[in-house]
Amino acid sequence: MGNLQHHSPTTLRVNGKPRTLTVDHRRVLLDLLREDLDLTGAKKGCDHGQCGACTVLVDGRRVNSCLLFAVALDGCEVTTVEGLSGDGEEPHPLQRAFLERDAFQCGYCTPGQICSAAGVLAEAAAGHPSHVTAPAAPSGEPVPLDREEIRERLSGNLCRCGAYPRIAEAVEDVIS
Amino acid sequence: MTGSVGAPAERREGREKVGGTARYAAEFHSPGRAQAWPVPSTVARGRVTGVDTAAALEMPGVLTVLTHENAPRLAEPDDPTLVLLQDARVPHRGWFVALVVAETLEAARAGAAAVRVAYDAEEHDVTLTASHPGVYVPEDANGGHPALREQGDPDGAFGSSAARVDVAYRVPPLHNHPMEPHTSTARWEDGRLILHTSSQGTGAVRAALAGLFGLPEERIVVTAEHVGGGFGSKGTPRPDVVLAAMAAHETGRPVTVALPRRCLPAVVGHRAPTLHRLRLGADTDGRLASLVHEVTTHTSRIKEFVEQAAVPARVMYAAPNSRTVHRVAALDVPSPSWMRAPGEAPGMYALESAMDELATELGMDPVELRIRNEPGVEPDSGRPFSSRHLVECLREGARRFGWAGRDPRPGVRREGPLLLGTGVSAATYPVMVGPSTATARALPDGSFLVRINATDIGTGARTVLAQVGADALGVPLERVLIEVGSTELPSAPLAGGSSGTASWGWAVHEACAGLAGRLAGHAGPLPAQGLEVRADTTGAADSESEFARHAFGAHFAEVAVDTVTGEVRVGRLLGVYAAGRILNARTARSQFVGGMTMGLGMALTEGSTMDAAFGDFTESDLASYHVPVHADVAGIEAHWLDEEDSRLNPMGSKGIGEIGIVGTAAAIGNAVHHATGVRLRELPLTPDRVLTGLLDRWT
Repeated sequence: MGNLQHHSPTTLRVNGKPRTLTVDHRRVLLDLLREDLDLTGAKKGCDHGQCGACTVLVDGRRVNSCLLFAVALDGCEVTTVEGLSGDGEEPHPLQRAFLERDAFQCGYCTPGQICSAAGVLAEAAAGHPSHVTAPAAPSGEPVPLDREEIRERLSGNLCRCGAYPRIAEAVEDVIS
Repeated sequence: MTGSVGAPAERREGREKVGGTARYAAEFHSPGRAQAWPVPSTVARGRVTGVDTAAALEMPGVLTVLTHENAPRLAEPDDPTLVLLQDARVPHRGWFVALVVAETLEAARAGAAAVRVAYDAEEHDVTLTASHPGVYVPEDANGGHPALREQGDPDGAFGSSAARVDVAYRVPPLHNHPMEPHTSTARWEDGRLILHTSSQGTGAVRAALAGLFGLPEERIVVTAEHVGGGFGSKGTPRPDVVLAAMAAHETGRPVTVALPRRCLPAVVGHRAPTLHRLRLGADTDGRLASLVHEVTTHTSRIKEFVEQAAVPARVMYAAPNSRTVHRVAALDVPSPSWMRAPGEAPGMYALESAMDELATELGMDPVELRIRNEPGVEPDSGRPFSSRHLVECLREGARRFGWAGRDPRPGVRREGPLLLGTGVSAATYPVMVGPSTATARALPDGSFLVRINATDIGTGARTVLAQVGADALGVPLERVLIEVGSTELPSAPLAGGSSGTASWGWAVHEACAGLAGRLAGHAGPLPAQGLEVRADTTGAADSESEFARHAFGAHFAEVAVDTVTGEVRVGRLLGVYAAGRILNARTARSQFVGGMTMGLGMALTEGSTMDAAFGDFTESDLASYHVPVHADVAGIEAHWLDEEDSRLNPMGSKGIGEIGIVGTAAAIGNAVHHATGVRLRELPLTPDRVLTGLLDRWT
């Protein structure tokens, strides 16, 4: 009993760089990013997986980073809004589209919306259906993202400023 | 004029926001920073009889536990909700009774869970009814409006009216829930307090801290560079400010207090529930003879805040006889406060629903009914309007929406299981403006620096103020730099009451126009430090106007009601506004649409319940309190008229941050009635209520 460990070494690749930390087992990915790595682009809106502000990509899939214990992600690839455009100075097309469409106001949900949208594009390309995908749609084929699909798939990302129509337009801009 | 004002200029902080580099209040790391976690009361009324902190203090990483027994003593503040950890009293459930400060978030949270608090609980009363024995008529409602106004003989005129509507509506408690929870990071350095906070106005935060801690304001710096929304709930300092400053003082470390989402409903203010009784009496042509709007609401035991929901009825329609009155009961509930369009949002829901009921009663088109009751002067005050284009908004909205030829019969448009309908509502919001200071400096490199303690909570204030400055200087927008969001800058009022841009813009305009004048008379190169002009609009911006000044608008909604599930879907929402000069078409549209979206939530999804047994808001997180999501928002359009009004401020602008929510819920509710023939008078219009209504009507 005296040997209970509360911390473990954990290695993640974050925005392309390997990071090895001794992680408190209670620490969630969101707090690791924000507190240990000073990557504060991922936001804490609710800490309960209810708002989506903390959305990042883990191994290419979007996740609520407030719900994942960091210690369980050893070896995973994490991409945050800061790393979305790779090493380039140029913003990611989604970031540019959000700017051009004024798809945000306070900006607090924005990194999560952008990461979530990046995840949506990949999921649809990989043929993942959503609640509004036609049941007759061919299985495994890329799902075309119309306005209704975009809205449905982004509904886990809350925006209290009400930028939703602009966000959907920005995502459409990137698709077309 | 170079014409920056009105242009759809891109947000100046946009790149930082989409890139994730914009820093919010919790994101100022410094060596040794500690984290704190509050402990909320679990009784609704009583006293703390003991706080056992031993288990928490033994936990690794816990630095201290502040309670009313050991927290620093504070001077009495103006705002009783900031009297934190000063005594054993518990005025409502969720009131903070301890704060755990620790090395990490995890340790603070675990520490808070380990604190054992004993209470002497007393019977509580949290249930508002119109007949509550504690109900009284206060002197004033929020905003300094008299609680009671009466003109003529409203009861007599109502009694003798040919067409009458006598109805009651209920708006539940609502929560602001900005995406960034209330957060402060504090540190003390050589007797100075430095605070990063998520606030709509750092000046008020500094003033409150100066009072509480007995410090001169010069020794306090408060910044709010980026703020993740507020919607009224960050208008004045909230508990995080005081707790962070206390914890940093006690530990000698920088401390961040980021309030857990579940704590917000109880401690940052909420829109109080409002019970409305509306009586409208009109002649057969629809002309109002009597308008009575009676509002009953709640406040807490520690603070009187009265949602001024009957006030818009003093502005909207010509009725020779009227009574508008607010009643309030002080209950063992959290203190209510401002939420986007306090007064107007719930008040216009009730008034505009009742107008729709009157139109139905008269068999008259609801757009026409409103036009027929257009007043020549402000009904309650008798003052002329500085500008009022409600009729034009209604007509333009009707044209864009395709209102003409609408079949007025309710409950007749079916598409499979869906019933379809359309509805209209008017909107209004007062023009408020306050004195502000600003400086403008011409720099030798040809750029200009405007400095003002405005706060950009997402409105685009930085961008719009730079536009105002550029035009006053007569230079291109890109040559104007701007600094906002710190008490180190020239003092300015908060971002609230849709008054920010008018108040700040006035001072920026004056400073920049003054600087342009100085430069015109200046020969030779500028000195190294540049040339600076300071403006102070005290005396001008706060002078009494002989005019009634309000923005107006019209909302149109199209809904589909599913008769199987009871679900209401808003297919289209269209708003037309007359809000003076629009200073930035891009950011303005976003604000209007954002307000309408919150109105959609008010209509269909948002509602909180005060649990009678536990004295708690049942819907206290974002899984239970449903703000609208992407899938709820189909087509929302915002348009505006080119309204010229020289009686406002140098820019000719009215506020636009709040009017979008006003009337939206009524337009949707009226459309639901048109679709179904069912008049639901309690928000939100959730499937359970819709289905019950449909059952009553259709079986």
